[in-house]
Amino acid sequence: MKADPRGVLTGAHYLDGDHAAAEGGLAAGCRFLAGYPITPSTEVAERFAARIPKVGGGVFIQMEDELASMSAILGGAWAGKKSMTVTSGPGFSLMMENLGLGIMMEVPTVIINVQRGGPSTGLPTLPGQADMMQARWGSHGDYEIIAICPSSPQEAFDYMITAFNFSEKYRVPTLVMMDECVGHMTEKVVIPPADEIELTPRKEYTGPPEEYLPYLPDKDMIPWMTKAGDGTRFHTTGLTHDEKGYPVMNADCQETLVRRLIDKIRKNADEIAIVEEEEVDGADVVLISYGISSRVAIPAIERARREGLKVGSLRLVTVWPFPETRVRELAKNVKALVIPEMNYGQIYYEIERCAAGNARTILVPHGGGWVHDVNDVYAGIKEGLK
Amino acid sequence: MTKETTVTEETQEQAHPMDELLRMDRMPHIWCPTCGLGTVVTALAMALDKSGISLDDVAVVSGIGCTGRVAGYIKVDSFHTTHGRAIPFATGLHLANPKLKVIVVSGDGDLIAIGGNHFIHAARRNMDITVICVNNFIYAMTGGQVAPTTPLTANASTMPYGNFEPPFNIPYLADSCGASYVARWSSLHVRRMTTAFAEALAAPGFSLVEVVTPCSTLYARRNRLGTGLDLLKFYHDNCEIEHGADTRSLDIDFQSTIKLGKFIERRRPTFLESLDDWYGQVFGDKYEPYAGATSE
Ligand SMILES: Cc1ncc(C[n+]2csc(CCOP(=O)(O)OP(=O)(O)O)c2C)c(N)n1
Ligand code: SF4
Ligand SMILES: [Mg+2]
Repeated sequence: MKADPRGVLTGAHYLDGDHAAAEGGLAAGCRFLAGYPITPSTEVAERFAARIPKVGGGVFIQMEDELASMSAILGGAWAGKKSMTVTSGPGFSLMMENLGLGIMMEVPTVIINVQRGGPSTGLPTLPGQADMMQARWGSHGDYEIIAICPSSPQEAFDYMITAFNFSEKYRVPTLVMMDECVGHMTEKVVIPPADEIELTPRKEYTGPPEEYLPYLPDKDMIPWMTKAGDGTRFHTTGLTHDEKGYPVMNADCQETLVRRLIDKIRKNADEIAIVEEEEVDGADVVLISYGISSRVAIPAIERARREGLKVGSLRLVTVWPFPETRVRELAKNVKALVIPEMNYGQIYYEIERCAAGNARTILVPHGGGWVHDVNDVYAGIKEGLK
Repeated sequence: MTKETTVTEETQEQAHPMDELLRMDRMPHIWCPTCGLGTVVTALAMALDKSGISLDDVAVVSGIGCTGRVAGYIKVDSFHTTHGRAIPFATGLHLANPKLKVIVVSGDGDLIAIGGNHFIHAARRNMDITVICVNNFIYAMTGGQVAPTTPLTANASTMPYGNFEPPFNIPYLADSCGASYVARWSSLHVRRMTTAFAEALAAPGFSLVEVVTPCSTLYARRNRLGTGLDLLKFYHDNCEIEHGADTRSLDIDFQSTIKLGKFIERRRPTFLESLDDWYGQVFGDKYEPYAGATSE
């Protein structure tokens, strides 16, 4: 399915990451954004608010808080509109309960978190990458989720489309984990013509309405979806439920449901994984990074290479589900994995787990507020070669 | 009910008159004997039936609580959401497809405590949804804790010596935030409650019907008020109907007179009317009105 040209601002633009993400959403067909202002994410909502009356067929609403925003986009998606919200740390925390509802009801939606320094109000105008574990585990209960980390405005545009496509394909809320640097840096963004943008359509139920079972899984574990008003008169709940969507309070039903919610993502982890590799074959050390840290690492890698050191790079575009297979393989072939991230060890521990003692893992931490000093990343690489 | 019941000599089977409207495959429901919630569901089903709205276009949204279970029994597209968030969820459904008739049915705690912020903002925006607030004066589902509607001196498990916090007057709250339609009935007043639901559904904008309802197991028992039936008798003897009453006069004290009626019916532009009207002015003929558009 191709993008609707009305939402696609084809051409070359000079945009910051927030504006590019808004355009990515519109190009992906998003026609409902419910949000609440918070630095450094507000420009996404502002751009959408300005554009949607001109694009047509959609609405923006500034809700009273992030609890409401997250709930509203679930309603919006159930009514048949591609829906998204956007926030930063404090608002992300408020969204957690209803993110869980989206996971439980299997609602395709996209949530952008333009990460800033935390905890609490932290550093509203400065970057962080410390919500990565919250993205994975922030809502209570057991689940799997998809999270993508763009590292430039161009990627903010491109990966918004990927995020909507994943959310439709796997019927799961998909997180776009930007950071203040990516959100506020301005670069060239090329928006392709609508007919070059491939969109994943909703997995629509087309059988007789009276036979519809909203949570009967297909072979790929994903149930078919209808929307409110289609005549199937379905029920959906945040309670543990059977194929009819009716609550069932027992361990068997819980096992069947939770296992499927997890497996539909976990068993497709390799298919979902997006990574960028560079000179990993024959490398002694591989630097693993995501988001803005991937770009900060480039001069450190180049410096090490100029000195004749064999340094590769593995960039995680999707961080969740964790691209486990690739990291495991890699760990068997290198001396060390070096991980710069703007926190005191989040994705680092995932990598350490996957390295399973086959390679050393070296964290280059940073508390947030600014990006890494290139010298620190370089020192991490040197440490890995010892 | 419009549905014909079919009686054949062989089977002597009768369709329940509510088959079309209720999820019979989920009966029996979870509510206690003499709980008032069943009556509210019946009244809503009758109002929907009377209204002539196609049931395919109706969505019912509930939060969490005993009342929150209503969404699970009505045979329309129905959403059992999270505690307090039925109104914003309903707002999303409505905004994404304005053709839907979106009805929120939830408890006093759900809508007025944890969801209070959404309640006042949806009323202020005059969001075109209908809210049925079942006020049983207590948090029933969790075992009888104090609610922001519990009358002064009434007992609750977290007010073990009686409640000393002043409660909200729900119609006054809705009125002062700008709701288009505000009424209060009790679950004894089935006919009037049904009419109020139908009127609320027809009213453009934010409409609220508060339904004072017995919770036999917790509120009645804790306060030694007998069964749900005794509470209905109490409503019979102590409810006063005063249409158009000043909403400031609608406080409910412990076992005092309860004023019922239709208090507010005003026409204000709804959220989407305002949006289309304003953008029409700003963008002129280039603007394609949203609310009329389909959700493809
Ligand atoms: C976030 C959250 N907090 C608390 C609860 C526990 N809880 C479930 S229902 C309820 C109160 C329900 O009271 P009310 O809305 O009046 O409904 P009733 O059961 O009286 O119909 C509470 C506190 C919850 N489910 N979610
Ligand atoms: S606890 Fe109270 S409100 Fe809940 S079902 Fe029983 S009687 Fe009804
Ligand atoms: Mg209650």
